[in-house]
Amino acid sequence: MVKELARELKEKFSSMGAPDVPLKEIEQKLDLLVNQYKVPEDEARRTVYNQYARDLKLQRPQAGGDAELVKIKDIAKDGMWISLNAKVMQLWESDKSSIAQVGLLGDETGIIKFVVFAKSELPLLAEGKSYHFSKLVTDSWQGRFSVKLNKATVITPIDDIDTGGAETTMTGAIVDVQSGSGLIKRCPECNRPLNKGMCVDHGKQDGEYDLRVKAVLDDGRTAQDIILNQEMTYKVTGIDVKIAKKMAMDAVDPAVVLDEIKRILLGKYFTVRGRVAGGRYLLVNEMDRTAKDITLDEVLKKVEAI
Amino acid sequence: MPQAREVARRVFAKEFNASNMLFKESEDQYSPQYVLTPTGAKCNRVFIVGTLTEKSDIGNDSEYWRGRVTDPTGAFTIYAGQYTPEAAQALSDIEVPSFVAVIGKPSSYKGQDGNPVITVRPEIIVPVDGDTRDLWVKDAIEATAERLQALKAGSTPDAVKAKEHYNPNVDEYRTMLQNAAKSLKSMEVVVTNAR
Repeated sequence: MVKELARELKEKFSSMGAPDVPLKEIEQKLDLLVNQYKVPEDEARRTVYNQYARDLKLQRPQAGGDAELVKIKDIAKDGMWISLNAKVMQLWESDKSSIAQVGLLGDETGIIKFVVFAKSELPLLAEGKSYHFSKLVTDSWQGRFSVKLNKATVITPIDDIDTGGAETTMTGAIVDVQSGSGLIKRCPECNRPLNKGMCVDHGKQDGEYDLRVKAVLDDGRTAQDIILNQEMTYKVTGIDVKIAKKMAMDAVDPAVVLDEIKRILLGKYFTVRGRVAGGRYLLVNEMDRTAKDITLDEVLKKVEAI
Repeated sequence: MPQAREVARRVFAKEFNASNMLFKESEDQYSPQYVLTPTGAKCNRVFIVGTLTEKSDIGNDSEYWRGRVTDPTGAFTIYAGQYTPEAAQALSDIEVPSFVAVIGKPSSYKGQDGNPVITVRPEIIVPVDGDTRDLWVKDAIEATAERLQALKAGSTPDAVKAKEHYNPNVDEYRTMLQNAAKSLKSMEVVVTNAR
């Protein structure tokens, strides 16, 4: 019985990239546990397996099995093992030592946040390059999805992926600018916005200033949540972090930045272009006031068609 | 999942004021209140751009502002008080007349003749420019034209419901849209002449 178990383990180690584990050694360890210490076979196998896995830094076998190749827009559940063909759209700064890389992946259907942990010891990804990612785990936070790369993830460079199809254009009116817009502070560990100087995960932080807008663009059919990053906020409102800080300082109130953004955006028509990330937010790449190019004849034609 | 945000419908004042069908989709006290307009716009929120022509504080103890926002077809009545302090503050600050955009919820009270009077409770009211006003008129014409087409074809549940309840005169609404479109033209002429 012990011999059989030992052979099984030996095979398993080989499949995990460690073919040199001596069969005799495995057998001895199992024998010691099973026959001398009366450990049940299952438990003994588990103990020996864990011991080698730890010592040889073996990769655990896949929890999700075959990790199906999916498109980004189809990611709708967390804790799933998947594979993706995707392009590294953006790499974000991260000061957190446990995170090797963080940013956005995109394919023809959408974009999604990704995180690579330092302990996974994966090769670094290059911005703008496309890869086949085998065995990623999906995750979600506040209804938004992300993928995590881990030790088991296999990264293979592939030909450039066209992510243009994932872009959408929408024209409508800004009907809301939400709280959390304007001058904010982010946690230096995880990049999440601080609330009264507190990060939900990392407690009290000094934080780093950032500027962003969370708004709703409504075309009469859909109410679309949109996000403007620092750069887009500047392009549309003319406010950058430096100006915003001065505004807040002069007024002794950071809310003045939000008020000014509201004054500029609310109730006006804009045409935006961007990608929908995580199924909810449209990340704006381009945004302009909608031009007043009304052709009366066309409008009348639509009326006469009734 | 949080409930999806209600879309802001584009409806002209004439049609909005002719509405008298208010309903909820469930008995739940938090279930949203809707107004179905004669051409079948199911509104829990509206987006209006027009000219603020009148405003007055009609409150006794606390400020309660009433305003009139006109579009090419008529005027919306808006009310803002202590429950919408931002809108009330904004309304008290905005000069008359000026172009404004209003994002708000339909509301109603019983008029003297017993029929409901439909008003708007603004969530947001902001000054805008003339271009925005023209874009809205175009937007509202197109949205209304689409609804009228659906009404004739009976192609959406809201259209069927509206036809059953109001049986609106499509020609009358088509004329309304044509007149609204003319208001775009006259503005363009004025602008060209000014140059």
